[in-house]
Amino acid sequence: MKPRQQRMLAVGLAALGVVLAVAFTLRAFEENMMFYVEISDVVEGKVPDNRTFRVGGLVVPGSIVRESGQMQVKFTVTDTKNSLDIFFSGILPDLFREGQGVIAHGSLNEDGQFEADTVLAKHDENYMPPEVADSLAKHAADKAAATVVEE
Amino acid sequence: MFRHMWIFLHKLASPPHFYGLAAKMIPWFYVSGLLLIAYGTIAGLFYAPADYQQGDAFRIIYVHVPAAYLSMMAYSIMAISAGIGLIWRMKLAHAVAAAAAPLGAWFTFLALATGSIWGRPMWGTWWEWGDPRLTSELIMLFLYFGYMSLRAAIDETSKADKASAVLILVGAVNVPIIHFSVEWWSSLHQGPTLVREGGPAIETAMLYPLLGMILGFTLFFGALLLARVRAEVLHRERRSRWVRNLILGESA
Repeated sequence: MKPRQQRMLAVGLAALGVVLAVAFTLRAFEENMMFYVEISDVVEGKVPDNRTFRVGGLVVPGSIVRESGQMQVKFTVTDTKNSLDIFFSGILPDLFREGQGVIAHGSLNEDGQFEADTVLAKHDENYMPPEVADSLAKHAADKAAATVVEE
Repeated sequence: MFRHMWIFLHKLASPPHFYGLAAKMIPWFYVSGLLLIAYGTIAGLFYAPADYQQGDAFRIIYVHVPAAYLSMMAYSIMAISAGIGLIWRMKLAHAVAAAAAPLGAWFTFLALATGSIWGRPMWGTWWEWGDPRLTSELIMLFLYFGYMSLRAAIDETSKADKASAVLILVGAVNVPIIHFSVEWWSSLHQGPTLVREGGPAIETAMLYPLLGMILGFTLFFGALLLARVRAEVLHRERRSRWVRNLILGESA
């Protein structure tokens, strides 16, 4: 083997070793690499006791309840299978609205409700002007109406 | 055909040849890059429609995405150059890696800063520890810093080349992690808009200025990189005859 080929092999093997080491490390820390916990996992009790964690899901339309004259807000988040009530007192981000993906940081109280100290809004990968969003929503509504009529 | 390509590559690897060729290429990169950036800025800020959720705040995408893409591109160029430099003992490749580092670090910083400014109103936070995309991009900034510090700490150029090449190659594993972080793990950062199944999820009037900015930033980066590699080559070859002839020829 020529010296150049030896160096090629050495660099290749070292790179492979690094990739494997990192892959195993990331696999071992899989749970900790997750930024938030799915709601179904929270409902099934797969959450750490006595520790704060993040939970992520979509805000259920019509579930936002505000006490008048107070910062306190209550809303429900869902992963379309299970849902969870969240209590929060503070300033909500601009993108917080019905149907939006949100991430709340906090812990479960004794009643199985989530008391959040921070609520973050998650943005999706779609970019479009308002008119397009409106017509998409309209088409979706028409389609839904048509399905109801068929049934 | 193959032979011609080989001869071209060998010539390119020769410092005096590269020095002259790069000088001819740089103006083209600057002009085309700046024209595209001008188009992207004007079309992106004034002609593209506002987003249905973010309003005008989405326009930071025209700096954030090109900067983030180039932060990873610069690192990839460095990793490939470092590999070529180690295996083929090509000095020009090490010069390219060394010259690209500060540019890559600046683009990383720009991506992190613009993301943070956008994140405050949209997500409701400047920074979230634990988000895989944010954290892996920050690790890349530290890799750039580590690379530059390591080079600065070793006086002998050939030793600095080898040691820093190993560092950059080890850190290269982070580049695919940054890219796939939003798919492998749950994250606050959104998934990819441009490179995704089913094509880009962005309106055409918003997309074209973005593509213009990405290409424009890349060409501008190319011009800066070539200029920096020229300076690096000149410094490394300062005791060689061709540099002496170059200087004497210019002053005579």
